[in-house]
Amino acid sequence: MELLRFATAGSVDDGKSTLIGRLLFDSKSVFEDQIEAVERTSEQMGADYTNLALLTDGLRAEREQGITIDVAYRYFATPKRKFIVADTPGHTQYTRNMVTGASTADLALILVDVRKGITEQTKRHAFISTLLGIPHLVLCINKMDLVGYEKEAFDSIRSEFADFAAKLQIHDLVVIPISALHGDNVVDRSLNMQWYGGASLLHHLEEVHIGSDRNLIDPRFPIQYVLRPQRDDYHDYRGYAGTVASGSFRIGDEVLILPSGFSSTIVEINGPQGPLQEAYPPLSVAMRFSEEYDISRGDMICRSGNQPKVAQGVDAMICWFTPDSFLESKRKLVIKHSTNSTRCLVEELIYRLDINTLHREELVDRLTMNEIGRVKLRTMKPLMFDAYKENRSTGAFILIDENTHDTVGAGMILGSTD
Amino acid sequence: MNYEVTHLDALESEAIYVMREVKAEFERPVLLCSGGKDSLVMVHIAQKAFSPCKLPFPIMHIDTGLNFPEVIDFRDKLEEKFNCRLLVASVQESIDKGRIKEEVGPTASRNRLQIVTLLDAIGENRFDAVFGGARRDEEKSRAKERFFSFRDEFGQWDPKAQRPELWNLYNGKHRQGEHFRIFPISNWTELDVWRYVERENIELPPIYYAHKRKVFERDGMLLAADHVQHSSEEEIFSAMVRYRTLGDANITGAVLSAATSIEQIINEVSSTRLTERGATRADDRVSDAAMEDRKVEGYF
Repeated sequence: MELLRFATAGSVDDGKSTLIGRLLFDSKSVFEDQIEAVERTSEQMGADYTNLALLTDGLRAEREQGITIDVAYRYFATPKRKFIVADTPGHTQYTRNMVTGASTADLALILVDVRKGITEQTKRHAFISTLLGIPHLVLCINKMDLVGYEKEAFDSIRSEFADFAAKLQIHDLVVIPISALHGDNVVDRSLNMQWYGGASLLHHLEEVHIGSDRNLIDPRFPIQYVLRPQRDDYHDYRGYAGTVASGSFRIGDEVLILPSGFSSTIVEINGPQGPLQEAYPPLSVAMRFSEEYDISRGDMICRSGNQPKVAQGVDAMICWFTPDSFLESKRKLVIKHSTNSTRCLVEELIYRLDINTLHREELVDRLTMNEIGRVKLRTMKPLMFDAYKENRSTGAFILIDENTHDTVGAGMILGSTD
Repeated sequence: MNYEVTHLDALESEAIYVMREVKAEFERPVLLCSGGKDSLVMVHIAQKAFSPCKLPFPIMHIDTGLNFPEVIDFRDKLEEKFNCRLLVASVQESIDKGRIKEEVGPTASRNRLQIVTLLDAIGENRFDAVFGGARRDEEKSRAKERFFSFRDEFGQWDPKAQRPELWNLYNGKHRQGEHFRIFPISNWTELDVWRYVERENIELPPIYYAHKRKVFERDGMLLAADHVQHSSEEEIFSAMVRYRTLGDANITGAVLSAATSIEQIINEVSSTRLTERGATRADDRVSDAAMEDRKVEGYF
């Protein structure tokens, strides 16, 4: 069984909770005691219907205020796949939550109310999905029952979205007409929309090809931890532990160790299930090399013919998360990238992006919470990275405030400025 | 070459990554082990993460004095079985020292009391990273947990002010006296745990499997007659039961079951219509936010 992680975005009004509730319910992932608890609470709150949003809103404050504060993770499985749903709220902290949920997603699910059409929010969702490099996008045009299941309403929204999507880098877009409330095209193909020739949502989630989404081309193995048993039977043993970020590594491969630049050969790979001939993402393994130079956490194993950039100047898109301070030039922060942490200086804020219009605002001096912009950073020690669009593992970083220790920003690398 | 990775492989590698990250970035980690299936899966994964090294951190059990004897027997064998260091922090000792007072009344339990014992043990040992086997699918407040979950100097959790967690870039920065709770199997479901126990052939305390026991019914739960005080109106009968979760013997309910093998348990869990905590835990029935309230104070 394969694992598919997807992020959903939208407000309650678009029927997102109803849709997730239905997916959980129809795959038998919601239990009777959960439904009873939700019914009880709905009744206490004076609602005349069972509010499925209560399934995902877990915190006391969320239930009391009827809002979702944080990304909630939900789980369901069909015989074909296990699904992890990052359900991101549409209210406060919207961008921050969506970026967080999208960072690990293979697929983004965006809901549109057929009566309202494409809104600013739809555009924001789509943009953030592409900014975070989610390979697959599904646009569900919901509440088709309210427009008599008519093809024309669906077609007009689909073409409106296609116009907007042309400006974004969307590789795989599927548009599905649904009624979350009545279940049309959610699990089974709807008899009410014979004109629709595509798959139901669940069928698409089960079948969408995600095997090629991993980068299996560029070999990158960040050293996470060095295993030294210090026992007589493992005298001089050094196992280099880490999770394969991209590409594949085989026993006998000659590899390059960065930043030292020495070469060595892989002589052993140990995976969770024992010895392996080959390691690939997302497996956590330990490797041994023929020559043991001083290799430590933060080093990167690659191939001499296929290396990441090694640089101190980083050009990146940043999303700023905190209300407590701004991102502005001359600011110093801690950057965590792969298994490396170092300090960095904001050299320049190049522009702020208006995520509703995609307009670049160049005469700005700061980013505030939930804003996205392009910056130049200078790191204290060199980082070994790739462009985020080519490699989500080695192209991503977080920014940490040195004083508060909060995670204050997320970054996606465009390239080097060196 | 087929590069397909199953969901269990992906979850296992994710947990190994988290454990190694903690060992690399923290000074003094510890792994909490209740003797239950989730924590035993954690111990198993930790062995793999650091093989061929010895487990590079101790295992700690919070002993309430009310655990099932079968679980205590199992715990006592852990040290030898895994060649690791086992610490036991005792709620009874905290009571004897006057740190906490035993609850009284019909719903008295030592469930909340363990929070003090746990936080004292964390403080005394200066642990800065505490591994727990909590899963997001277990309970709604746990659905909002991070892999790296910050606790202030009072050991408290602030669910509304959590650090955002992106990709697999975990921020474990903290000051002295603060610590992190680490949840490597956050993304596992009950069924994933059982499938993994089956695949890896992990030994569990015998009471997870169906056995004959004297029980009585209270609030729709089957409680063990040997461990829970009961009134004369509560009728005791013998039944084939098993435990889905292992809390204190006086608050954990058994379920009727004929499942004596892992395969049968997987079939049973696949078709059950009740969550594991809803079916078996009196402690979470007190209110909708019972777990959240305990977690804020420093619970597991």
